[in-house]
Amino acid sequence: MAKLPTPHELMASRKDFPAGSWLDVKPEFAPGSFCYPAKVETMERLHMPHPHEWDPAAEDWNLPANWEKILCDAFEERLEKHRSLKLFMDICVRCGACADKCHFFLGTNDPKNMPVLRAELLRSLYRRDYTMLGKLLGASVGARGWDKNVVKELFYYAYQCTECRRCSLFCPYGIDTAEITAIVRELLHEVGLGTHWIMDPVKNCSFTGNHLGIQPHSFVEIVEMLADDCETITGIRPKTPFNEKGHEILFITPSGDVFADPGIYTFMGYLLLFHELDLDYTFSTYASEGGNFGSFVSFNMAKKLNAKMYAEAERLGAKWILGGECGHMWRVINQYMGTYNGPAPSCMMDVPTSPITGTRFENAASTKMVHITEFTADLIRHNKIKLDPSRNDHIITTFHDSCNPARAMGLLEEPRYILKAVCNNFVEMPENTIREQTFCCGSGSGLNTEEIMELRMRAGMPRGNALRYVQQKYDVNHMACVCAIDRATLTPLANYWAPGVTVSGLHELVGNALVMKGEQKRTMDLRQEDLPNVDPDEPEDDAEQGEE
Amino acid sequence: MIAALAMVALIGCIAWAGAAGGLAFLFSVVLPYAAVIIFVVGVIRRMVYWAKSPVPFRIPTTGGQEASLDFIKQEKWDCPCTKGQTVVRMILEVLTFRSLFRNTHAEVLLNDPVNKGPRVVYYSSKWLWVFALLFHYCFLVVFIRHFRFFMDPVPACITLIETLDGLMQVGVPRFYVSGGLLLVALLFLLTRRLVNERVRYISLLNDYFPLLLLICIVATGLCMRYFDKADIASIKVFIMGLAHLSPVSTEGLPALFVVHLTFVSVLLLYFPFSKLMHMPGIFFSPTRNVPNDTRRVRHVNPWNPPKQFFTYAEYEDEYREFMADAGLPLEKQPEKGMADDGLSLEK
Ligand code: SF4
Ligand code: SF4
Repeated sequence: MAKLPTPHELMASRKDFPAGSWLDVKPEFAPGSFCYPAKVETMERLHMPHPHEWDPAAEDWNLPANWEKILCDAFEERLEKHRSLKLFMDICVRCGACADKCHFFLGTNDPKNMPVLRAELLRSLYRRDYTMLGKLLGASVGARGWDKNVVKELFYYAYQCTECRRCSLFCPYGIDTAEITAIVRELLHEVGLGTHWIMDPVKNCSFTGNHLGIQPHSFVEIVEMLADDCETITGIRPKTPFNEKGHEILFITPSGDVFADPGIYTFMGYLLLFHELDLDYTFSTYASEGGNFGSFVSFNMAKKLNAKMYAEAERLGAKWILGGECGHMWRVINQYMGTYNGPAPSCMMDVPTSPITGTRFENAASTKMVHITEFTADLIRHNKIKLDPSRNDHIITTFHDSCNPARAMGLLEEPRYILKAVCNNFVEMPENTIREQTFCCGSGSGLNTEEIMELRMRAGMPRGNALRYVQQKYDVNHMACVCAIDRATLTPLANYWAPGVTVSGLHELVGNALVMKGEQKRTMDLRQEDLPNVDPDEPEDDAEQGEE
Repeated sequence: MIAALAMVALIGCIAWAGAAGGLAFLFSVVLPYAAVIIFVVGVIRRMVYWAKSPVPFRIPTTGGQEASLDFIKQEKWDCPCTKGQTVVRMILEVLTFRSLFRNTHAEVLLNDPVNKGPRVVYYSSKWLWVFALLFHYCFLVVFIRHFRFFMDPVPACITLIETLDGLMQVGVPRFYVSGGLLLVALLFLLTRRLVNERVRYISLLNDYFPLLLLICIVATGLCMRYFDKADIASIKVFIMGLAHLSPVSTEGLPALFVVHLTFVSVLLLYFPFSKLMHMPGIFFSPTRNVPNDTRRVRHVNPWNPPKQFFTYAEYEDEYREFMADAGLPLEKQPEKGMADDGLSLEK
């Protein structure tokens, strides 16, 4: 990776709008502006159409001979399948309300990163074939035909959109550019164009159970190691049930939390919490991926990867599924899972019910899948766990709403409720950057790859700026989030835009604050860093009081 | 912009020339009838075209807290979970342009004192919302007022609207606020398109044309009323004739009226083939018109493809040995393991 310019240089280097009409401007495939293409063998293994060698920077992309027909037919098919697409193609008035809502536009000042123009790239093709005016007047009303440069342009901008839906919140007609991007990506896959960073995890998830391709025995080994770490910190070794039948709950979380720092600490938080509750649950190595990179490929690929959840719940006889902290995973679960692979297996209970508090999660009655923050917020509300928020006193935290839970689910208060219970110092970022208006980390939807780091820092600028603002103004030194991709991507983002701010999942902080029955005096947090204001030699009166 | 201006001017000239050259019948009888028919058929056809595609997924954009735990307050109108709440959301969207009301304007400052570096600042930006709302409501009022030409006797409600609209009495004939504001709003929208760099860059002929067309409609209408002082009584007779499908003679119709009518007809003709279809379109909007209830109730996709995935059985076949070694529960014990056991038993 090339060295990044300073934040100031990065922003000062944003180009002005080109002089000519956008229809005549072609994208430049400079290194760092595009993701590497998927490997042929990966595409073959997944039975994707037209796997082939190609290089985005090359002049010729080796498209199949009849590429134009393939794309036209595929477009037609998508129009027949999705009312949303027809509508979004027809009703945009180009009011520009969405223009400066996109973090990619703010970070690059590239006009085609305005959601409206991103959509116009496809709309221009639609106009030629599906509207009277386009047929009659052609280019003068913004209609154009397919050519190879248009395909390149679609690729370029479909992978500069993180499908965050911020634009759709502000559009007076709710035009969702994420939906258009998703469909453009589907179309490009029809002619064998995909990216390595997305397709490799998809292959792994398909055949090994998770994005990282961790095989079952290694998966167990890693989790055991995390349980050992929990023991070092708390003196209690949490249980780690795997693939066991007959438990009430199947727990599924993104595999990134098993593997990557700082997600592993969130995972330790889960282990400790479930152990403390003596929860009747199991993990699965087969359904060991909550995330769904298939949703960055096509609807059907998302369905395919998602299918394992119900299949495994049925095999294990689980009554309901508890889902870990993740963003796009919850987009799929909340908006697609029931439709893709439902109805839920008949062995599952009518309404998922917390075995600890008896709360019925009516909002998950059909999907039978409950978000971990809904579960934990409910525990705290009913005083079922003992918390010592002072153990998080070394941090002043803010909270990053991930795009999908915020704008495709409405999960806003639950994480805040928990955060306030486990941390004494919580500061919100500016109001235009949180809750439903939240800004993407800049690396969602499969763009969290190294080769486009500069682009990611640009796209992460609005989030980074908001973070820096609270850092400078309120001494914020921590950002909590409920997303596995965020945990991986906000770390470099914070290092770049607001150095000194650490990033963690919410349940890492829960794990820190959780006072467990019979635990040893805590002197370290889950990262095994010393807790401030704790003298390890003092007798553990605190913990004993906790036992009463 | 220039092209759109030229097109609108051309339409105006043709109509004017037509009226002067004895083609008034064509422009004020044939064209309006054709326009109305094409408008109605066109709009319905496009709506049917949309409706023919199914709604495979339920993808509301949630603009607030979902309904989840009972101690957490749901934002009913921004994140509806029932039909009723969704209807309220739609009503607010259609009648008050709620999403547009959220509009902000983002500026990137390179040297912000707080951030000690670059910072994006968001300004509230309600102008677009104000003028968009103004335009649509004034248009509605003007539209309703025009029913006085179609009906005899004029219904009381229309007279009432006229009275309210004309309350700001300036000069004679009575000045209607709606007409003036309509023009102001349109001019704002046009200016914004020309001045705001971002919007100018995305604007096409198809954006300028309807704006200019509307401006011309309003301008000719205002002219007739306040400057040309057209003979309203004879125009009403003519329009009543049209409305009752028994057109009367076009003789003596003011040329300006013919131009006005032509512009309106062109607007009707243009409507079904253009972005103006956003009017019926908003009701179809998939990110607004469904409740956020997909975990509560299963939404069915009519073309849901069959399930195809790597099953647990295949997975276990692939990793059985490793899984056995790791002590994981299995559906089927590994054959090699069984063979080993067998051997050890024999021994
Ligand atoms: S806000 Fe909506 S209607 Fe306006 S330009 Fe953007 S997509 Fe088009
Ligand atoms: S979905 Fe997000 S990234 Fe994509 S165009 Fe809209 S605002 Fe930009």
